[in-house]
Amino acid sequence: MAAIAQALDGLAGRDAGPAARPLAPARQAAAGGEPAWVRRTLVGLALAFLALFLFVPLAVVFVQAFAKGLDVYRAALGESDALAALRLTLLAAGISVPLNLVFGVAAAWAIAKFDFRGKSVLLALVDLPFSVSPVIAGLVYMLVFGLQGWCGAWLRDHDVRVVFAVPGIVLATVFVTVPFIARELIPLMQAQGQEQEEAARVLGASGWQILWRVTLPNVKWALLYGVILCNARAMGEFGAVSVVSGHIRGRTDTLPLHIEILYNDYQFAAAFAVASLLAALALVTLVLKLIVERRANASPVPESGHEH
Amino acid sequence: MSTRALLLRRHSVLPGFGLALGFTLLYLGFIVLIPLSAVFLKTFTVSWDSFVATVISPRVVASYRLTFGAALLAALVNAVFGLLVAWVLVRYRFPGRRLVDALVDLPFALPTAVAGIALTTLYASNGWIGRWLPVKVSYTPLGVWVALTFIGLPFVVRTVQPVLQDLQRELEEAAATLGATRLQTFARVLLPALAPALLTGFTLAFARALGEYGSVIFIAGNMPMVSEITPLLIITKLEQYDYAGATSIALVMLVAAFALLLLVNLLQAWARKRQGH
Repeated sequence: MAAIAQALDGLAGRDAGPAARPLAPARQAAAGGEPAWVRRTLVGLALAFLALFLFVPLAVVFVQAFAKGLDVYRAALGESDALAALRLTLLAAGISVPLNLVFGVAAAWAIAKFDFRGKSVLLALVDLPFSVSPVIAGLVYMLVFGLQGWCGAWLRDHDVRVVFAVPGIVLATVFVTVPFIARELIPLMQAQGQEQEEAARVLGASGWQILWRVTLPNVKWALLYGVILCNARAMGEFGAVSVVSGHIRGRTDTLPLHIEILYNDYQFAAAFAVASLLAALALVTLVLKLIVERRANASPVPESGHEH
Repeated sequence: MSTRALLLRRHSVLPGFGLALGFTLLYLGFIVLIPLSAVFLKTFTVSWDSFVATVISPRVVASYRLTFGAALLAALVNAVFGLLVAWVLVRYRFPGRRLVDALVDLPFALPTAVAGIALTTLYASNGWIGRWLPVKVSYTPLGVWVALTFIGLPFVVRTVQPVLQDLQRELEEAAATLGATRLQTFARVLLPALAPALLTGFTLAFARALGEYGSVIFIAGNMPMVSEITPLLIITKLEQYDYAGATSIALVMLVAAFALLLLVNLLQAWARKRQGH
């Protein structure tokens, strides 16, 4: 829970407090002040709301995916356009996640370990892609690399394609996933302070050694959590990629775009078959998140003066 | 803060500041800031009159009304039910609680296109849920609201939950000792303490809903003047090679998004003051 709270703090540009938050003791909950019927009604209401908006939509994906039988399911996933879309999705995530990982570590190192003027502005800039509509994220690359854009004429003369081609898709994916890893690392590294790194420095460690041997091991769970979230978003991004893709079947379609094409073609079973793949990815993401959170809570943050 | 800490912050012995900050700025500049500045610079090439004509044309205004209205309504419903879900998850024990808790994050993890086709199928007039409803949901503005409610669901839960967990039970017990009913305690003691987190979650859900595209376009029906959201209009203009028009509308949405971001930051500052940090 602490991690997602941090993620939200991140969204809001707030410096989170210590990462490991003690859970309310079960005793407190058992002593709940409401009569049993109130409690039961509230739980029932909450579950009904979640069922209508969460559980049933998730279930419908898998039911519809297998509605026409296993053969249709297998055919939908084995079709060459679907495989091409899968490859492109993996490629876009495979490029954008490592890039944003390096960015996240660099940004966290600068922001969490040093004090400088304009730090809060930089923090807000790191968060910026969260508050930009995915459609606008795609639009900005059209304005820069599109035919009417800043570099449009130059790119055409040199026969380089960015938008309506793979580079544009990768760029749009990178844009929307910029903050994910940085936002997990910054609050944790701020909370941990820099005593350990300074001790390593005094003992003669180089900067890279400190990063590799001291800092990264201390934040490994937050890092992994950030990577998981970043990957889920990278593979599932729709709006930004849709703008720059050009929708060339088998060439510039990612899995989410392929779902749209199938769905608009009334190939519902096939659309849901591909969707079930991404829904499974989402479930795996949630499970990994649970595991990582449990590990992170098991190894509490070394206490040192956290600054707000 | 001790003087030692202050000194350390001025003269850090750690290396790599220049490299890390330089890389961060370069990366942000090339990936985010320069491309984003294109929206502003492109708008400057549009004359004021044609900018205004674009952003207040009836079809665009109808899309604002739908986008802002549905986003607001979705965020409101999420504020109420998000608070309820957070309350139930923190205060009560029931079978499957941990599973439910984990699944609350589903809208963060599930690709929007998947959510879009699932909700559309479900709320269509022959769908599992739609067939029991007296009104048409899919392909109407109501469908937009359903999709935006799904998208914003985790925000309020995840901002309120940690605050609720940290809340001191003594306050409620004191209120009860002083003769307050449970409802009075909730309204006078709990709600004020949760207000900053609740407002933050509401604003985050609202901001997210404003820009949402993937889940909405499947369920909305996308009829001009009726169920067409603003992000879709940006794409429609782009597909007609009307870059100036698309950018003008995008600028309006960006300004709204930045205003909300500022609001969230102010709310967070307020929340921190309330929590006495």
